[in-house]
Amino acid sequence: MTDQPDRAASVVRISGVDKEFSAGGRVVTTALSGIDLDIRRGEFVSLIGPSGCGKSTLLRLIGDLIAPTAGSVEVNGKPAHAARLGREYGMVFQAPVLFEWRSVEDNVKLPLELLGMARSERETRARQMLDLVELGEFRGHHPHQLSGGMQQRVAIARALALQPAILLMDEPFGALDEMTRERMNSEVLRIWQQTGTTIVFVTHSIPEAVFLSTRVVVMSPRPGRITRVVDVPLGQPRNDDTREEPRYFQVVTEVREALRAGGGLGGESTGASDDRLAAEGRVG
Amino acid sequence: MQLSPERGWLRRLLTFVAFVALVLVVWEGLKFVGGDPWRGDGWEWHPPLEIWFASDLLLPHIWDIWGALADPVQRGSEQSLAQFLVGAAFYTWREAAIGFVLGAIIGIALAALFVHSRLLERALVPYVIASQTIPIVALAPMIVFAFGPSVVSVVIIATYLTFFPVTISMIRGLRAPDPRALELMRSYAASRWSVFWKVRMPASLPYLFTALKISATASIVGAIVGEGPGGIPDGLGRAIVNFNTQYISGPEKLWAAILASAILGIAFFALIRLGEALTLRGRGLDAGTA
Amino acid sequence: MTSAAPSVGVPLAPRPGRAKRIGRSVAYYAPAIAVFVGVIGLWEIAIRAFEVRAVIVPAPSAIGAALVENWGAGRWPLFDAARATLFEALGGLVIGTLAGLAVAFGVSRWANARDAVLPAAIAANAIPIIAIAPIFNAWFGVTNPLSKMMVAALLVFFPVMINVTRGLTQVEPAAIELMRSYAASEWAVLRKVRVPNALPFFLTALKVATTLSLIGAIVGEYFGGASGVIGRVVVQSASALRFDVTWAAILLGAVAGISLYLAVVLLERWLIPWHASVRREEPG
Repeated sequence: MTDQPDRAASVVRISGVDKEFSAGGRVVTTALSGIDLDIRRGEFVSLIGPSGCGKSTLLRLIGDLIAPTAGSVEVNGKPAHAARLGREYGMVFQAPVLFEWRSVEDNVKLPLELLGMARSERETRARQMLDLVELGEFRGHHPHQLSGGMQQRVAIARALALQPAILLMDEPFGALDEMTRERMNSEVLRIWQQTGTTIVFVTHSIPEAVFLSTRVVVMSPRPGRITRVVDVPLGQPRNDDTREEPRYFQVVTEVREALRAGGGLGGESTGASDDRLAAEGRVG
Repeated sequence: MQLSPERGWLRRLLTFVAFVALVLVVWEGLKFVGGDPWRGDGWEWHPPLEIWFASDLLLPHIWDIWGALADPVQRGSEQSLAQFLVGAAFYTWREAAIGFVLGAIIGIALAALFVHSRLLERALVPYVIASQTIPIVALAPMIVFAFGPSVVSVVIIATYLTFFPVTISMIRGLRAPDPRALELMRSYAASRWSVFWKVRMPASLPYLFTALKISATASIVGAIVGEGPGGIPDGLGRAIVNFNTQYISGPEKLWAAILASAILGIAFFALIRLGEALTLRGRGLDAGTA
Repeated sequence: MTSAAPSVGVPLAPRPGRAKRIGRSVAYYAPAIAVFVGVIGLWEIAIRAFEVRAVIVPAPSAIGAALVENWGAGRWPLFDAARATLFEALGGLVIGTLAGLAVAFGVSRWANARDAVLPAAIAANAIPIIAIAPIFNAWFGVTNPLSKMMVAALLVFFPVMINVTRGLTQVEPAAIELMRSYAASEWAVLRKVRVPNALPFFLTALKVATTLSLIGAIVGEYFGGASGVIGRVVVQSASALRFDVTWAAILLGAVAGISLYLAVVLLERWLIPWHASVRREEPG
């Protein structure tokens, strides 16, 4: 699996992390248990698992949107909390969460404003990002004028605006149809190669995870543990032809078997309550 | 807070009571700091400041208002102020309620008409909206002069004030159902009547109640305004006008009448809220966004 | 904030030419205009034909005559009365709106305060506030316009406060989470998320407030006031059985109300052109 990584090359280092949600002093749910994971610079790592396995919770722990009950999360060599305050990562949620009162360009400028960047710089950077996601000509439009896929691309542009070292994506294409989804996958890969950002990607979809990632982290149902980390030895750059290679199907099967072994397929745990709790920011 | 959502109403009630208590404390507090001298059995308190509206004439003591409730409403009358006010409040409420019910029925009927006929809607809705922007209550004395100082005038006023908000809300409400639900009904070749009762009406109930809560207050305001200058003897409106004329000799009475109006307004509102909670029970709609 | 969008994102089709737009507007409003003309016409005819006692319901022509006759000075100075009443209404509108905004901002800061204050405000809104008009006359002086302004202000305060509080606090949780991921300060969240979110709520309340301010002024005048105001004209002319003047006065009150409302509609178009309710394709 993973050889002992060089500490300096670890962008994200998760050690012995547990996450419990409690209410009124009593522990209600153990979302994650004993998570150890190292993510190296420039990797594309997917987290996959059944509903309720805590993958969204784990993503939010990396982003310091919630705090672990035990263990530590380090990002870029410092605690996750410091990384968030240092604005060292960008996040893309399942819903685009664009502000309907701002134009596309202004939406991308949001993090730049918060950072206090100078106006002319903001404009240059925002346009750069929009060109990166190939939406440059829509920069004056408003979110309601764009399709779901396009809105997500704006969200990605916004997440990349501060040129963070890490991009966290929480099932960003879950709401899209299959064909748009596959197109968006290619988009993300292209952006990944162009920017060299480390990406942590949460998904429900095995094909998507395998297509996109250098490594796939398979998780078990609640309490979430890492069942296996599957290396994806497919070459780069990947394209539609990759989806038809025999090796691709082999890795997909490998991941599926890892899920099954961890108890992941068939008999879902009771709803996505962990992920929902995490999304609502309920802290233990 | 510790109370679970089902007991949310209790929490709201308690906070409301806490607020009333706060108001009373501030009331007397202002008089303590800047009102007229307080006198009791063998003691006196002279407030240090002079707040112009905190005098005993302009802001009577709470206990004086309370005490006046037990006193006869007029010199030599057998009825206490409290009894009189309760009677007047009921009288006003009855007028308002009749108008309220009539207005609701007319409003729903009109909305149903507009929803089924785009032409009628385009012809008449601008007036419905325009009427919301004009001070309709200003018409109240007119109607009373025209139809005479009787219950009929006040009912007309209350009906008028009710049916506009209901119409506007119901137009949206009757159109609120998911288009897919309407499609489903079409696939059953359901008649427009069935669609109306089985799909549109149930979907529009939240909107209806939003409008009714506004109309409840509006109909009472209309009733009071209609009674006052118009000269209907038995309602709160007339009581307010009379006590206003007699203000110098007994400011507590006017305040008591205002208190009665406030209680009436809140009670009617709470009644509608109760109706809403019962009717929309189990829908999972946030009835808390009053 | 970003709702379901069409599956294909295209810019809006180019707007039709000017003449065509005007033609479409006219066609849209034609039925309403027809109704207006029809009602006025029938009214006039019915009065003349049936010789209805003009005392109660004067013919439109009589109302028009009264309007012209009393426009300047004369026994019932309609124009001056309308101006004076509008002044009271505007004063009340300004005071009530400012107070409502101040309390709303204060209350929205602390979630606990909001849970306590909002239900109380909603209940207080159910009180027939008009009943306090005589007290304000006593406090501020019957002939002082301030007494009517305060009634109007009290009526305006509640809808503004309730709606703005809702607008400031009913924000999509995902948007708050997004801002947290940027380590944004509470002040930044207020400026960039809550206030824009609250604008539509505020403008809705303002539309209601304009009507209420006029009601407060006019009905306040019913309970006593200086002579040259709409409310007094209505009461005095009605008791003198000059109903043509009464209707003329009410007409002016209505015109004032509609003007204020339209002013807010224009404000709405300027401030929140992006909002769903404002960007209707159809006119009006």
